Amino acid sequence: MSERDNRPVLLEAQGVCKYFGGLKAVENVDMQIREGDIFGIIGPNGAGKTTFFNMCTGMYPVTKGKILFEGNDLTKLNTEEIAEKYIARTFQNIQLFRFMTVLENVKIGCHVQTHSNLFDAILHSRRYHDDEAYTTKKSLDILKRIGLYEYRDVKASNLSYGMQRKVEIARAMALDHKILLLDEPAAGMNPQETQSLMEFIKQLNADGLTIAVIEHDMKFIMNSCNRILVLNFGQKIFEGTPQEVKENREVQEAYFGKGMVAGEALK
Amino acid sequence: MSTLKNLWQKKRWIFWLLIVALLCVPPMLKILGIYKIKALYLRYACNIMMYATLAGSLNVINGYSGQTCLGQAGFFAIGAYTCAILSTRLGVSFWVLLPLCGLASGLIGLLVSLPTLRLQGIYLSIVTLGASEIIRIIAQTASITGGAMGIKGIPYPWLFGLDAFRPEYYYFIFLVLGILFLFCTSRILGSRVGRAWISIREDQVAAKSLGVRTSFYKSLNFVYGAFWAGVIGCAYAPFVNFIESSQFTTDKGFDVLAMIVIGGQGTLIGPIIGSTIVTILTESLRFLGVWRYVIYALIIIAMMWLRPQGIAGATNSILAGGKVKRKPQKGKGAKA
Repeated sequence: MSERDNRPVLLEAQGVCKYFGGLKAVENVDMQIREGDIFGIIGPNGAGKTTFFNMCTGMYPVTKGKILFEGNDLTKLNTEEIAEKYIARTFQNIQLFRFMTVLENVKIGCHVQTHSNLFDAILHSRRYHDDEAYTTKKSLDILKRIGLYEYRDVKASNLSYGMQRKVEIARAMALDHKILLLDEPAAGMNPQETQSLMEFIKQLNADGLTIAVIEHDMKFIMNSCNRILVLNFGQKIFEGTPQEVKENREVQEAYFGKGMVAGEALK
Repeated sequence: MSTLKNLWQKKRWIFWLLIVALLCVPPMLKILGIYKIKALYLRYACNIMMYATLAGSLNVINGYSGQTCLGQAGFFAIGAYTCAILSTRLGVSFWVLLPLCGLASGLIGLLVSLPTLRLQGIYLSIVTLGASEIIRIIAQTASITGGAMGIKGIPYPWLFGLDAFRPEYYYFIFLVLGILFLFCTSRILGSRVGRAWISIREDQVAAKSLGVRTSFYKSLNFVYGAFWAGVIGCAYAPFVNFIESSQFTTDKGFDVLAMIVIGGQGTLIGPIIGSTIVTILTESLRFLGVWRYVIYALIIIAMMWLRPQGIAGATNSILAGGKVKRKPQKGKGAKA
């Protein structure tokens, strides 16, 4: 616990709220993701997890509160600006460029690090050649790392579900940011795929990437995360280590309900 | 055969050179007096190349960034009128006017694209359709554009000491413009900018999440498409020598749209095929009078039904109605 406290805060939410009309999708959530964390966000369906992610990446405007990245206020920035400078993410329902090849998908991830414009492209200027060489090399490196190198020329939609998830992660990795937000990366995967994904995420983390992950697979969360935030009905009900979360009464109630039967189930 | 394939992969430019050389043959025959091709046929060939480039410019917008523009006739008109006005009133040279008309049209493209950045699909189509019609109505009423009388006597471009009034000379102008367009566009599509356009077509939200400034690239795409429509408009005005607003109705826009639908959106070759088919059909069915439009419509309906991605069809594209063609599995071909 104390070791974690010494690490600097990367992504911080201060009293963040999101109201859709009268619906309080996210209400007054505080969060601190520190460098080197694998930070899990869990909660029953409709708890506001994805909404929370969408606010962090600028897809929804924040109703109240603040989101900071290393002290920079992200609240007023739009999606493109946040993606350009701070945060990379994947989506709950895979949003790949389905009819492009795997390599092209990852190449778009390199978009913000390259700067050639229309005229560079027409004239094949030096900048164009540099950019293309950089983009290709980097994309292939990432694909090798994630184990999709052989599939580089396959159309993304022709891959299996688990592989598509990996392409999405590869694409987000190409942005080269300090933090990666994964929205249900293991959804729809079989146990082997989940296991290998978990190992891959741990490896990424060991290589210095901070990861925030929304996931319903408890085995996945409990085995990989060092810190877990629990949301229910838009409110933060608990935050702590996996062990603390398991033992927390309120979390148990959120998942299993209250009363005799639930109590029995917990025993 | 394999050496030929090898050559195709390694020295592609030889093939392109061959194609261009072949395309140069018909007008050269006429110019050198070897064989007298009817001037009418050369005019058809000019038309095909002109519409191929115009359709190509629309294809950049509709096929590659997935915006639905129906107003290409408007951008075409801007180019044609800019050329006609500046050359008849100020005597500006055709070669200066080509890029100038492109820029004028690109500027209008920018003006149309800015308020429409948040619109998608049919709403964007309606705005572009409206813009095209507004341009035509202004051309019909304003005095500078000659009102309903149009502008007559647009000077021919001056080409190596010759007035390019004969189609065998004009042929080369359209050919060079077409090649230039294909050259620039194919290079852009293979670059970061082209990837950004295609990513917007495939999934705008994902593109944003990867830092692609979608508004900027959509605008750029629109301006680029409008630029080429303007350039072609500029070449069109002296070619027909006389322009008036009825040449730029929305029907023209739909003709161009039909070309890319038939030929195949999202491919570079599609607009060329589409333009060839549509132009030949319109000319060869002229004896049917207005009835040829029925045939025309039937072809479009058949295309939409049987092959929504067009003849040159990018089967592996979102434009094919979301169906992905899987590679045939090994052994399956042998059985059949």
